[in-house]
Amino acid sequence: MISTSSPINELRRSDPGRQQGLLTGLHLDLPLLTGLILLCGVGLMILYSAGDQDIALIKRQLIRLAIAFSVMLVMAQIPPIHLRRWSPWLFGIGLMMLAAVLVIGEVGKGAQRWLNLGLFRFQPSEMMKLAVPMMVAWYLAEARLPPDKKRIAITAIFILLPTLMIAKQPDLGTALLVASAGIFALFLAGIRWRLIFGFATLMAALGPLIWYLMRPYQQQRVLTLLDPESDPLGAGYHIIQSKIAIGSGGLYGKGWLNGTQSHLEFLPESSTDFIFAVLAEEFGLVGIIMLLLIYFLIILRGLYIATQAQDTFCRLLAGAITLVFFVYLFVNTGMVTGLLPVVGVPLPLVSYGGTSLVTIMAGFGILMAIHTHRKLLPT
Amino acid sequence: MAKVKKRARKEKRVIPTYHGRRHFLFGLMLVGFSLLIWRSFERQILETDFLQDQGEARFLREKVIPAYRGVITDRHGEILAVSAPMSSVIATPKDMSVDDKTIGRLAKVLKVKPDALQRRLAQNRHYAYLKRQVKPDMAARIEALDIEGVRLETEYRRFYPSGEVTAHIVGWTDIDEVGKEGMELAYNEWLSPVAGLKRVIKDGRGHVIKNVESIKIPEPGQHLALSIDLRFQFLAYRELKAAVERHQACSGSAVILDVQTGEVLAMVNRPSYNPNASRRQVLARDRRAGCIGKSRSKLDFSKLRNRAVVDLFEPGSTIKPFVVAAAIEAGVLKANEEIDVSGARLLVGRHLVRDSHDYGLIDVSTVISKSSNVGASKIALRMEGEQLWQFFVDLGFGERSESLFPGEAAGQLPHFTNWSKFEQAAIAYGYGLSVTTLQLAQAYSIFATDGVRRPISLIRLDEASESIRVIQPETARLVRAMLERVVTDGTAPQAAVAGYRVAGKTGTAKKSVSGGYADDRYIAAFVGMIPASAPRLVMAVMVDEPSAGEFYGGQVAAPVFSKVMSGAMRLLNEAPDQIRASGTRMAATGGQH
Repeated sequence: MISTSSPINELRRSDPGRQQGLLTGLHLDLPLLTGLILLCGVGLMILYSAGDQDIALIKRQLIRLAIAFSVMLVMAQIPPIHLRRWSPWLFGIGLMMLAAVLVIGEVGKGAQRWLNLGLFRFQPSEMMKLAVPMMVAWYLAEARLPPDKKRIAITAIFILLPTLMIAKQPDLGTALLVASAGIFALFLAGIRWRLIFGFATLMAALGPLIWYLMRPYQQQRVLTLLDPESDPLGAGYHIIQSKIAIGSGGLYGKGWLNGTQSHLEFLPESSTDFIFAVLAEEFGLVGIIMLLLIYFLIILRGLYIATQAQDTFCRLLAGAITLVFFVYLFVNTGMVTGLLPVVGVPLPLVSYGGTSLVTIMAGFGILMAIHTHRKLLPT
Repeated sequence: MAKVKKRARKEKRVIPTYHGRRHFLFGLMLVGFSLLIWRSFERQILETDFLQDQGEARFLREKVIPAYRGVITDRHGEILAVSAPMSSVIATPKDMSVDDKTIGRLAKVLKVKPDALQRRLAQNRHYAYLKRQVKPDMAARIEALDIEGVRLETEYRRFYPSGEVTAHIVGWTDIDEVGKEGMELAYNEWLSPVAGLKRVIKDGRGHVIKNVESIKIPEPGQHLALSIDLRFQFLAYRELKAAVERHQACSGSAVILDVQTGEVLAMVNRPSYNPNASRRQVLARDRRAGCIGKSRSKLDFSKLRNRAVVDLFEPGSTIKPFVVAAAIEAGVLKANEEIDVSGARLLVGRHLVRDSHDYGLIDVSTVISKSSNVGASKIALRMEGEQLWQFFVDLGFGERSESLFPGEAAGQLPHFTNWSKFEQAAIAYGYGLSVTTLQLAQAYSIFATDGVRRPISLIRLDEASESIRVIQPETARLVRAMLERVVTDGTAPQAAVAGYRVAGKTGTAKKSVSGGYADDRYIAAFVGMIPASAPRLVMAVMVDEPSAGEFYGGQVAAPVFSKVMSGAMRLLNEAPDQIRASGTRMAATGGQH
């Protein structure tokens, strides 16, 4: 069934999560949990430096982490069969709330993203990061795979509708993540290469149209990526400062708490979107490789869980969640290192901030649930 | 066939896994990670030197350490100009939140309009002066506001404690403390400090975090002691101001010279201005001053002129003693000779020289004391033009003095080859040449020094500079004796100072206007020296267009001389001439200059 030469399959041989009594009882996956705790620990360390050693900031982040880990724990307890049943409902509610945001949402930082629920403010687009892949996975798992053209078309609507609504807020970063979550699920379901290439060609052909639809500030960001020096004090400022911060690090970095660019406030958003540059300056190339390694291991474990999933819904969902996590990482680090335009996506589990943290950990909770609620099948 | 197979698969509940997909995505991810690591490698290994330099260029900065400009004092060390540290409000607009509330608070404290402040902030994103050199209480309130992106920086500002009294001679600097007028300009380099330089670590908001090293130590400017005696300056200013007001004159100047050294002890002008006020306040036109001409400009720059060295006028009768001295030196006139001025008129070529009264046959001394134009003309016409011209040149007319004051006027002395007979005669009573008040004072000091000319100095001298003999001592003493008669029984009884003998000469010149001389506009002058037996001080007073009825030099300028000099003699503790004459020289030795 599965070829032994695949690198993913190498990991299958050891599966310690299943041996741990307590962790099994709590439906937690030890390798994944270890990776996440390690990452959050490193994240707090960098944040301590990036936030100018502000202990109150660390405390606030710790509280958020505690909430996020609790959400993960709760999600891990829910058998995937229930998740599958809730998927269309969740998606439907999410879609309605997105519509509500566009009508009555609260404006913050120039965009309309929040829904005031009296007690707390809620960002429906965050929920859609999970609801869209769930919906796609649910819908595609209804029928045999690979999906036929009609299903693909309907799935495309499931993906496109929320994406456009989020892009309209405007929140390009989240829209991108939501869309990629859905697309990954669709891709993993096995649509034909021909369709994929056709779609890719279509997107390339639509490039100029998309450019036309982009808002001026978004166009500016793309132009800035291509030539940051053209406006070094305006649009190119973020990119140039982060480039300098990264380059200042060298091989081993300047040492923890010794980064000049971030501490002297030359690096903007140093504790949120550009925290990767702080790491790069203080820990150098070695630090970057170590951090990427932790991410790599987490993603590898996620993909392994996907391969081990026992039904199509779980497999598609686990794959999509893991791959979105990678997109998160790549969009952020790509932006900071100047590979991609500036899109407001935080470095997952490291950047200061709470909303995305909860969503990401909920995703990992789902991954753990998928893995730990498996029935033991005879091989 | 295929359909059947697939259906069969589904029925067996075999989950399609699509290895290709999985490997494709896995490969894509590896490519992504490789790209990131390559990018970091590029930045951190290949470009690191360049980027590290760029980084250092951002936080290692050179910062100027301000130093203060030299102090200007009078001859006794009284401060005339001093730099005081002030706070300037500076903004980094890109770091500021420009919401209405913040701007409103800031504008209120700075006392400016909010939209003007907004415009200023919009001009430059990195550096904007919001207000320079604010008062300490405003600085404290700005500090208390604690607005992000707004800070205070130390700058020095020039203060002139004696204000309008010394405004013209001291001059002023611009807001950057560069000398623009007066001695501030003339000695700008001497007074200017050399700013220091240090290397500092600055953060992204421009705050200095740490001093790294000192590159250059700041050197404050050097001090400058003027020759001015502030006590004389005040005295002269007060009396000149009073005279200009009483006689509703356009302007006035006065200069006091130290006979023994050539130093200027006082140099005052009206109108004056307050150099501590803003430029706008200084230049605001004073409605009461009606002599500015027909200019419609709302700005009045004329107040800024140091008229004593910049403005020229025809000296009128004050020139006569020099004509007499020149004639005696030339051997064409004897001191006890009698001159016939009867008829009060003299025809020279086609022009008439007139006197106001018919004095008949008078001696040379009376020509001066009664100020006879006919007598002076007759004496002048005895000489060759060249003799008179050369004498005037030796006196210093027609060229700038040694004061080095910026913008000093040389005056006009036409060359003798261009003189007609009448012009030679007119020059003898002060028309056809022009002088400054300072030149006139310097020329009279030659009578006071028994015939030597000393360079003018606006700087305090430690010893008298070298002098040039211009006339013989006997001639100088002779003319001085004649000048005493001007005060005792001539045109200037009001120049007398109780207890002292005064020698001097009045001058009342018609002002030249286009096409000739005005009949109702005069320049009233008096130049005198005291004590006449051994002069210490020479003072020249010039009042332009007295228009309250009195206009003679003896009525308008002479009283100024008298008041200032009686005060000055007290200040100098100078022995009265009578005591000196009776041989008790002791009393004089206790005095200072």
